[in-house]
Amino acid sequence: MNTKVIKGRGVVSGIAEGEALVTRQTISPWGGIDAMRGVITERRHELNNICFTGKILVFPSAKGSSGFSTVAQVIRLAGTAPAGMVIREMNSLTGMGCVIMRVPTITDLEEDPVEFIRTGDWLRIDGDLGRMEIIDRPKSV
Amino acid sequence: MNLTDYEKEMLDNRHGADKKRAMELLVQYGNALGAERLVETKNVHMLIGFIPYPSVLDTLDADEMVSKFFLDSNEKILVDHIDIFNTTHIWATDLERGRSIGAPDKLCQAMEMIRDYAQRKGISLSATCAPYQIGNLPQRGEHCAWTESSAVPFCNAVLGARTNTETAHSAFAIALTGRVPLSGFHLKENRKATYLIELEVQVESVFEWNLVGYFAGEQVQLAVPAYRLGNNVPPDLSMLKALNAAGASSGGIQMYHILGVTPEATNMASVTDEEKNIITLRYSAQERRRTLNNLTSATEDKVDVVTLGCPHYSLDQLKQAARMLNGRKVNKNVLLWIWTSHPIRAQADRDGLTEIIEASGAKLLTDSCPLVTAGAFPADAKTVATDSAKQAHYTPAIVNCGTWFGTMEECIAAAISGIFRAKDML
Repeated sequence: MNTKVIKGRGVVSGIAEGEALVTRQTISPWGGIDAMRGVITERRHELNNICFTGKILVFPSAKGSSGFSTVAQVIRLAGTAPAGMVIREMNSLTGMGCVIMRVPTITDLEEDPVEFIRTGDWLRIDGDLGRMEIIDRPKSV
Repeated sequence: MNLTDYEKEMLDNRHGADKKRAMELLVQYGNALGAERLVETKNVHMLIGFIPYPSVLDTLDADEMVSKFFLDSNEKILVDHIDIFNTTHIWATDLERGRSIGAPDKLCQAMEMIRDYAQRKGISLSATCAPYQIGNLPQRGEHCAWTESSAVPFCNAVLGARTNTETAHSAFAIALTGRVPLSGFHLKENRKATYLIELEVQVESVFEWNLVGYFAGEQVQLAVPAYRLGNNVPPDLSMLKALNAAGASSGGIQMYHILGVTPEATNMASVTDEEKNIITLRYSAQERRRTLNNLTSATEDKVDVVTLGCPHYSLDQLKQAARMLNGRKVNKNVLLWIWTSHPIRAQADRDGLTEIIEASGAKLLTDSCPLVTAGAFPADAKTVATDSAKQAHYTPAIVNCGTWFGTMEECIAAAISGIFRAKDML
């Protein structure tokens, strides 16, 4: 496929490249993520039991408890962080969380990222310029 | 972000390295939120008693822990003193009874380290998820910075004060500087409702308000709902606590309105914004049943643990629990934990409630909650019963137990008989 470029707003600087892991559901950090393993654990979540380490995590926003920044820092120190994050909507949880996690992060994209990015897409995100590219999309089976 | 002279001075290291680092974090945080400026606050509900020890920060040097963790600093920064009024969210275990309930020794040591640090630095040992029950009552319009997702809607919706759900790091930086990014629910325009939820069934108990909150959170996620009571009377304190905690578990409700009841909801016009469409949702018997089903993860009637007091029980709730437990004995195979805050337990001691509760074999605990003091949770427990939708939501993910959600009465009956029997069967 041709590389598709989408503009947004950079939040945490740096460039990250990797495979997208997309959810249309909000993420609950405390009680919804096992930070030491980098795995989503919320019971009825569509990513339940899936590991985000090294992926570009694409999600609408965070819900629930005020534990996001704590979980984010454990993730960083435990080495289980995603390579980068694309967050549709910033709030006080994701805002502090991504600063503490220190991985390239972008938000406020021109199109809804959880709709147009698919799990498995190969992405490059630029947290300084606030833009992302879909470099490759595996053929659907 | 536009900074005032004083804020620039803090950033320029003219008021100490601790304030400098806090301002750096706040500027990054404010920029992430797209905030134009910071606003002054004199009321912070901090999150200090929950640290990643020893998992990723294996130190009992409090200055090092605070510097690396709360200030997220690569170099060691010493904190001078936190001057502004603060309360603190729950800690990782009961600060008085941690060891007696089986909290790991290392965890208790870490809590003692932070406790000593907090006392020296002007951080309150209030240790509760319900600061409004122990005297933290901001006034309407007041800018606050509160952690704890169930306390935030109390601050916003019930009191009409203004806060976003802050985190351990943001609350620490805000407490040091007295500044919070002007964004989210600090701004009037973001406090308007985009959903209207019509209550078409009877909602007159803590149990029912839990279900309403859980339904609303699932449906609206991060948006602001307005509830129309229909034939129902306004919720009391216990019911509001249930609504708040449930809506911030299945979703992220930080602000809502109850038409004709909450301070910013005089009428429909006051909660809506002409520019925004409002989506109407019905909460009828069908939605209620589906919500109860979603909330139930237990498969066995036999219960091992019963947890009450999420959010921390009020004096009123302790009084009800004491009446139900009076003269009865908790089943020898069941652990009954009831959680509240230290000041409320002190009052319960004086009122004779603690004696009644503990004579039954139940434990009246403070400062923490069953899922946070997870090290003390019985490892072989399979099934839990609770009267809190929030606990029922998180228990399967945190301690891997099937969970019954019931009324206080059903939960206490389960603690006595060892078997959970719901009056309202699925």
